[in-house]
Amino acid sequence: MELMGLLDIATKEQQSRPPHQIRCCTAAGCLSAGSAAVLDRLRGAIQDAGLNERVRVAAVGCMRLCCQGPLVQVDPSDELYQQVTPDHAVSIVAGFNGGKVTAQRGNPNSPFFALQASVILQNSGRIEPERIETYIAAEGYQALYHVLHNRTPAQVIDEITRSGLRGRGGAAYPTGVKWATVAKNPGERKYVVCNADEGDPGAFMNRSVLESDPHRVLEGMAIAGYAIGANQGYIYVRGEYPLAVERLQTAIGQARNLGLLGSKVFATPFDFRIDLRTGAGAFVCGEETALMASIMGQRGTPTPRPPYPAEHGLWGMPTLLNNVETFANVPGILRHGADWFAGIGTEKSKGTKVFCLTGKVVNTGLVEVPLGTPLRRIVEDIGGGAPGGGTIKAVQTGGPSGGCIPAELFDTLVDYESLARLGSIMGSGGMIVLDQSNNMVDVARFFMQFCMDESCGKCIPCRAGTVQLYGLLTRILEGKAGEEDMRQLEALCDMVKHTSLCGLGQAAPNPTLSTLRYFRHEYEALLKPGSPAQRMGLPLVTAIAGNGT
Amino acid sequence: MTTLTADMRRKKTATALTPPSGDARFEQLEGTMKRHQYRQDALIEVLHAAQKLFGFLEPPLLHFVARQLKLPPSRVYGVATFYHLFTLTPRGRHSCIICTGTACYVKGANHLLAAVSQAAGVEPGKTTPDGELTLRTVRCLEPCGIAPVAVLDGTVHGHETPETLREQVKGWLSRGTDGST
Repeated sequence: MELMGLLDIATKEQQSRPPHQIRCCTAAGCLSAGSAAVLDRLRGAIQDAGLNERVRVAAVGCMRLCCQGPLVQVDPSDELYQQVTPDHAVSIVAGFNGGKVTAQRGNPNSPFFALQASVILQNSGRIEPERIETYIAAEGYQALYHVLHNRTPAQVIDEITRSGLRGRGGAAYPTGVKWATVAKNPGERKYVVCNADEGDPGAFMNRSVLESDPHRVLEGMAIAGYAIGANQGYIYVRGEYPLAVERLQTAIGQARNLGLLGSKVFATPFDFRIDLRTGAGAFVCGEETALMASIMGQRGTPTPRPPYPAEHGLWGMPTLLNNVETFANVPGILRHGADWFAGIGTEKSKGTKVFCLTGKVVNTGLVEVPLGTPLRRIVEDIGGGAPGGGTIKAVQTGGPSGGCIPAELFDTLVDYESLARLGSIMGSGGMIVLDQSNNMVDVARFFMQFCMDESCGKCIPCRAGTVQLYGLLTRILEGKAGEEDMRQLEALCDMVKHTSLCGLGQAAPNPTLSTLRYFRHEYEALLKPGSPAQRMGLPLVTAIAGNGT
Repeated sequence: MTTLTADMRRKKTATALTPPSGDARFEQLEGTMKRHQYRQDALIEVLHAAQKLFGFLEPPLLHFVARQLKLPPSRVYGVATFYHLFTLTPRGRHSCIICTGTACYVKGANHLLAAVSQAAGVEPGKTTPDGELTLRTVRCLEPCGIAPVAVLDGTVHGHETPETLREQVKGWLSRGTDGST
């Protein structure tokens, strides 16, 4: 395959497009809401109405507003339909012949869409993830071609470094620095690994990217492989994502058939092969050393770092590990340049980030915004605030490793440093909105139970500490705890945080610590009657009742 | 655990070595291993395939995998028990999986779980004595936009309430209990 071949495919794809296109979301969220049947009916109705020449139906990826699925959008009018049923689908097709469309209209210019950015999700909901031609028609694989022909590996790394891209999996390590480290470490083989073990509950950014635009990740990985000198890549996908696995398999096969992966990529001496590894339900495998153990077919238990994977990774060889979203940013940076990317975001946090907005908020779904966007804009403008006139109390970010940000602090800008200052983290991108009905002690216990269940058991602080912390939180919730338990809770949080082996244990106390920081009164209100803190911290009515007994 | 490993040791000579001839599933499993060139690092992929074919991973099957990949049975057993998606016991004819991820949790997943658990008289992770229904929980399936979510026999249902869910699983519960308790 040469550049001409690539452009040929793109031209053919563009020319074969009829004037109208109906895009139907077939990502997991809309599929759960029944979009497969909608897609079938759309195709059937087009046939029946003899509209094949004028209208094409495209099975696309995520269109972001998951709570209103199944979503269907029509090109070029941009008409958006939501909660589409198969019967509605027939009426949408009838609309092309002047019939009445019964499907519920959505507003593609509402704040939910208008305030979002489109960098990582540029193709999501527009191209067909199971047809490589549509990715190529959207300039796909051109960045890889130019890199292989016109850039040295050092130039590629320099470009990534200058872009200011930082790891999107949660740790925010500068990507360029990581690439440079792996590139300079000696090894007879090197590996590129894509971490798609998205385990944080309430976070599905990676899944959406893999289901909607898998080739973007493959292209990013191949560029990384060229930059660091690796010929083998692995994608470690969560076992709970069968659709992502299927689409990735399809995508890898298609790219190989066109000579965009495999041996002699773009007729250059560069070989790059990508294999899939499916996880089997272990949250700890999102940790890089545990993930590598799992790729090698072992129990997913972490090992102490150093040595870091960059030095001693898969089979002892230098290994580059990045998150799905990090790789998804790479083709764009190489295509538009580091300066373009560095122009988005804040001084230290460059680019955009995809968040999953869920919980007690009107619009739930996928949200992409430039880093440095105020949290209030995400929750209240894009998210539309609390449903049914409720009051939003806090937003939980960063999953079981993150914390809760109270509503008073919603003017905080969402970037790595600001969220860390508040005792939370941006993490991989989950944002769960909590309202008045959610008790924060219960929320803390929920995450502690999660960490307790998911602790791999290798180190004692995490294995035993999370159990004790869960027990203490339960005692507090049951009203059996006193001052002494609160002191113990804090001391134990500190111990588990500082002595656990890997990120799972080190971050397990975060939700508890952050709720203690901002919602201490909720803890104190639950303490045994009579304890001094409880008398001070209780709301007036309960305090009087408590004193009276 | 001890009994199972002891069980495996006892059965080692008797059951691990020759799969029943004519069982096409073993041939398919062999095919998977061949595709991975019998590489030991493909163990998890092979176990996925085995569970898909056989429904669950019983000790003789684990032994078969161990022998084919030239791995110690302890290693295969260790891996099979480490990961949540692998099961060493048979599951019921029907399955009800309640998502207990954060988005579902804040929208009341606990009430869904309690409702089915009570109606079926079975703890999460267990199967009803008549083998009809297995109730399980999972940490986030990620269709969070339609939380709370339950997966009934592989089909995802969103916006569930205890009432709708109880109604949906009623037919799977054994005659004798009406499922509406």
